[in-house]
Amino acid sequence: MHTLIAEGLRKRYGDLSALDGFDLHVPAGVIHGLLGPNGAGKTTAVKALTTLIDISEGRASVAGFDVRTQGAEVRRRIGLIGQNAAVDEVLGGRQNLIMFGRLYGLTRAEAASRADELLAVFELTEAAGRAVSTYSGGMRRRLDIAAGLILTPAALFLDEPTTGLDPRARNEVWNSIREVAGRGTTVLLTTQYLDEADQLASQISVMNHGKIIAEGTPDALKRQVGGDRVTVTVGLRDSLDAVVHGLPAGAAVDAETRTVTVELTGESLAGVVRALDEMNVVPEDLQLRRPTLDEVFLTLTEKEAVR
Amino acid sequence: MTTVRAGWILTQRELAHWVREPWAPIFGVLFSIMLLLVFGFLFGGAITLPGGGDYIDYLLPGMLALSMMFGVETTATAMANDARKGITDRFRSMPIGSASVALGRVGADMTNSAVELFVMVVGGLLVGWRITSDPASAALAVLLLLLLRFAVLWIGIFLGLSFRGSGATVAVQVLVWPIGFLSTAIVSAETMPAWLGAIAAWNPLSATATAARQLFGNPTGVTGGVLEDGAVWLALAWPLVLVAIFVPLSARAYRRLRA
Repeated sequence: MHTLIAEGLRKRYGDLSALDGFDLHVPAGVIHGLLGPNGAGKTTAVKALTTLIDISEGRASVAGFDVRTQGAEVRRRIGLIGQNAAVDEVLGGRQNLIMFGRLYGLTRAEAASRADELLAVFELTEAAGRAVSTYSGGMRRRLDIAAGLILTPAALFLDEPTTGLDPRARNEVWNSIREVAGRGTTVLLTTQYLDEADQLASQISVMNHGKIIAEGTPDALKRQVGGDRVTVTVGLRDSLDAVVHGLPAGAAVDAETRTVTVELTGESLAGVVRALDEMNVVPEDLQLRRPTLDEVFLTLTEKEAVR
Repeated sequence: MTTVRAGWILTQRELAHWVREPWAPIFGVLFSIMLLLVFGFLFGGAITLPGGGDYIDYLLPGMLALSMMFGVETTATAMANDARKGITDRFRSMPIGSASVALGRVGADMTNSAVELFVMVVGGLLVGWRITSDPASAALAVLLLLLLRFAVLWIGIFLGLSFRGSGATVAVQVLVWPIGFLSTAIVSAETMPAWLGAIAAWNPLSATATAARQLFGNPTGVTGGVLEDGAVWLALAWPLVLVAIFVPLSARAYRRLRA
């Protein structure tokens, strides 16, 4: 059972196609990353799925309800966390949650007890009475997420939730998102930060120019751009040139850091080590690593640009 | 969730703002009182009314109408801020009726303006303004003033939804001044050049100001003609025309957010 389904979504703004045949299938209970550069159409996709905008073409559903014809049912089952922390800055954190709770149809007492629960979960109990304008960026974001969870939605949409946050606040928000998914809510997370998708999402869709250009687990996507890499740091006693010469062709050299990076396509790690040994070179450091999602992303979007 | 209940919850949000930050509404009222004092005492001595009468009696109903009209700025700014911060989108993603947001604005701004009206009436009475008519007429004057506020509220909702940038809000804040002054709120149209006087006299704000003067039993500065005889009707008709134009425009602007 898929919580989020989008099939062939198109959305035009004049000549520009913000969505150009957008497809997405997200099973229940997972964190799905929607990755793409600025202007790829991520926000438009979120707005289409949360019933904020009309779709020009295609079909989409959330928790089994059609976004076009059953908007009210969809809105009862989603939480939307937009790019700005959409909470009232003058009011306190608790006041905000009570207001949103009552808008979701809870009585004042129900809304108050739900607010206290959520404040505890997101570690905002101490700041509950303070005006939101005194909150840090991370606290604001956590409150923002809490406000989207009042009815324990089937799906939570997070549109670039950590943009502009410092690393500490970003970690706080990441923990909050894991917490949400741990409680069974399906999360669609858009981000430009590849490490964010890598950290949180079990499945990633890479988006560019209004459509999905690649999909898979973070590891599968990384494999798509090539194999693992070995980076050898050469000590001052050895000649960098000699090492490069002795290693398989196509190695990338960085003279400044004295590193040589070899992509393991035909070669095995053991082969590289053997070659170094034959040259009598003892490397200062030897690292095996997967390509980063940044590399995946650049490769994919470049391929697309060529096409 | 009924639209009315959601509207009431959003009205309460605004009332909670006043408790949290009372200086914002207090400053708004102080500003109106300052204008009243500036025109009543600083400039007032140099102003003589055609047809005679005490200038403060002429001025006060005009100032009340002016402050109702200036409310357009409060409404537009609040709408634009919520849209800019994504709060409007959050409301739109929630299971509440599509008119709730506007209804909340109406509740909040009408309450705000009713309080402002009350404070200014008390302030006016303290500085020598007199109501010489009966309570029913005075009550009708207050209702007509609030009707003007209700009408410009929809202009504010429309503007706030249409241009969301803060630059547009500044434009509204600047433009209310010439529009407000180009009326009979502060001086009689009969003292102006004929063409300018005609524009000022037919300004919707002037209709409300003249009607309020009549109903409070104050000098109107208007002698004869439809502007005097039909003042109350004009003060009823103008706002209704504005409402008839701007409610559909606001609804369309709200739907356009889906485009």
